[in-house]
Amino acid sequence: MSRSTKALAAVAALTLALAGCANNDDGGSDNDNSSTPELEVQTSIDAPDDAVSPAGDGKAECPATTTLAYIGAETGPNAQLGINILNGIQLAVNEHNEANANCQVKLRKFDTEGDPNKATGPVTQATNDENIIGVIGLPFSGESKATGNIFEQAGLVHITPSATNPLLTTNGWTTFFRGLGNDNVQGPAVPVLAEKLDADKVYVVQDDSDYGIGLATSTTEALGDRLAGSDKVTTGQKDFSATISKILSAKPDAVFYSGYYAEGAPFNQQLVSKGYEGIFIGPDGVKDDQFIQQAGDASGNAYFTCPCVPGELITSFADAYKKVSNGAAPGTYSVEGYDAATVLLAGIDAGNQDRAKLKEWVKSYDAQGLGKALKWDETGELSELPVYGYKVQDGKIVSVGVIE
Amino acid sequence: MNQWITFDWEALGANFWSATVDGLTFGGIYALVALGYTLVYGVLNLINFAHSEVFIVGAYAIVFTLTSLGFGPSVPNLAWYAIAANLLLAVIFGMLAAAITAFIVERVAYKPLRAKGAPRLVFLISAIGMSFVIQYLIFVWRGPNPEPSVIMFKNEAIFDIGGTLIYFDSILIVTAAILMMVVVDQFIRRTKLGRGIRAVAQDPDTATLMGVNRERIIISTFVIGGLLAGVAALFYVMKVPSGVLYMGGFLLGIKAFTAAVLGGIGNVRGALLGGLLLGLIGNYGQILLGSAQWTDVVCFVVLIIVLMVRPEGILGSNLGKVRA
Repeated sequence: MSRSTKALAAVAALTLALAGCANNDDGGSDNDNSSTPELEVQTSIDAPDDAVSPAGDGKAECPATTTLAYIGAETGPNAQLGINILNGIQLAVNEHNEANANCQVKLRKFDTEGDPNKATGPVTQATNDENIIGVIGLPFSGESKATGNIFEQAGLVHITPSATNPLLTTNGWTTFFRGLGNDNVQGPAVPVLAEKLDADKVYVVQDDSDYGIGLATSTTEALGDRLAGSDKVTTGQKDFSATISKILSAKPDAVFYSGYYAEGAPFNQQLVSKGYEGIFIGPDGVKDDQFIQQAGDASGNAYFTCPCVPGELITSFADAYKKVSNGAAPGTYSVEGYDAATVLLAGIDAGNQDRAKLKEWVKSYDAQGLGKALKWDETGELSELPVYGYKVQDGKIVSVGVIE
Repeated sequence: MNQWITFDWEALGANFWSATVDGLTFGGIYALVALGYTLVYGVLNLINFAHSEVFIVGAYAIVFTLTSLGFGPSVPNLAWYAIAANLLLAVIFGMLAAAITAFIVERVAYKPLRAKGAPRLVFLISAIGMSFVIQYLIFVWRGPNPEPSVIMFKNEAIFDIGGTLIYFDSILIVTAAILMMVVVDQFIRRTKLGRGIRAVAQDPDTATLMGVNRERIIISTFVIGGLLAGVAALFYVMKVPSGVLYMGGFLLGIKAFTAAVLGGIGNVRGALLGGLLLGLIGNYGQILLGSAQWTDVVCFVVLIIVLMVRPEGILGSNLGKVRA
């Protein structure tokens, strides 16, 4: 580089820096809010060496009728979460079947639309099919609560990759296993994340789902006197003006929305368009690309908590996943779906090929998964688990690592 | 559990004016959709349950038009007159799409049954059927998620009344809703087609004997309702840029229908009054009771009380009684 080009480069850099400042001055309402500390973005995670692979040793044998099922949302307003899970499961089943010529496990899908009122039908249908010996689902807390007894009566083991309401494991169900940390883990992470972002007062908005109510309760408890106020909204609501006007007069540093993206996205969009300049924090139910699509530029103020492993950062998994998802990167709970399916597939390979045996297999399972170690206690809960923090950066959700 | 219901008068006091403005804004949207229910009811004495889908088709047309004009999740970088021109184009497409849908609904779900003299209940069912058919056709085509959001303009605060900021979109929507209502009202009172609509509403048989083409009048009311739903769709997308999905019209349709009943179904001015009142009541109720989960409860309690005192709605329900 000659001297003149160096000088030119320096001038250019200075101009850019000045331009950047100028931009910050007049457009400071977005995520370049100078008072919010930047959290470092995680760029990759190594897959654990000892993670169980669904492919197994390739020598498995099982009857041709052996079937696993996914029961959960394929359609409906929050379908994207279900699709993320389903693709993870499909990948595990594909890897298993490719490696094991003598054990071709079928995967059946039952759509609940994520609606507790519609879930009993598909679940009954699945439990009546004798060939189905294990289930991955149901993804949402409300529908899980509504159908747990049906699984229990049929003795059909099911691992939920995403239902996080803490009360689900207090029903005495022996067939219910939870493949991730519950809201009692996620709730306390909210004030910690807020603190990292210098947000003192947090306003909590909850929806009317089992998930939203449970999570709001544990978050409110964890916030203590840092709670700036709270309000309740409903599923399907599109006009949040009354809630927003209460929030704006309470002047919180952050708003925590305890619910799903279908309402969380328009809520945040309307909040920002009314001049709110603070931080938006959503839980795992809001953390989805659909949130960015629907909230538009307003999503620049958003952070998320999630007991989910950022699957897109595990390169080998992400590459394989894209082949079953038509090129889409792994989403929220893709890894959890994959790991849950792997547990069941490993059980089948080990000769547990009816409902009773497969249930016992899951109960005594103790091995490393792709996302985390999987070992369940009496009630079907995993031992305490890390919660990841995420944020929106340049229109994408990126991990900022484990919230501690 | 502690008290299951609490009244937060302090919050209502603190947020009264913003709740009023926001309530009127959404109320204006309800009112425009309510007109579609009211007109059809006035003429046919039938509820068009597919009207919420007429509305959502209009909203899709608006989103598609704006997206293809380059609108997206960011505030467009255009002069105000360019934005206005684009929005005008979008609303024309929205009105056309909604009107065509309303026309098709009438042709498929109403006309064949009318020709056979089917009992009233059958129309109700066929309209609900059309509503599902349209919803799930959209679902099959567009999938379960809403369309990506379309931001129309940077929403600026215009006035500051005692600490309450009044935003541009609220002023636009309320003004336009009232204006549209006056236009429709005058249209029905003063034009030849309007006179025909009133005549059919009063007495279809006599109107036919007097040379009014009843079929033409019926199709016109469906189309007018559709055009207004197209305008409502523009304002809806303005307020809820990501609210356009296959079932997105359903709740709004119920609200608008309620507004029509509250004001007096079959009554054009009643639709405006009912819409604005419903928006206000819902917002006040939500703030007072501290939860949106009460909004609909409050709305329907008020509706029931009003109907007990005035069974025909606040302004009465007969479109035919309107005098020129």
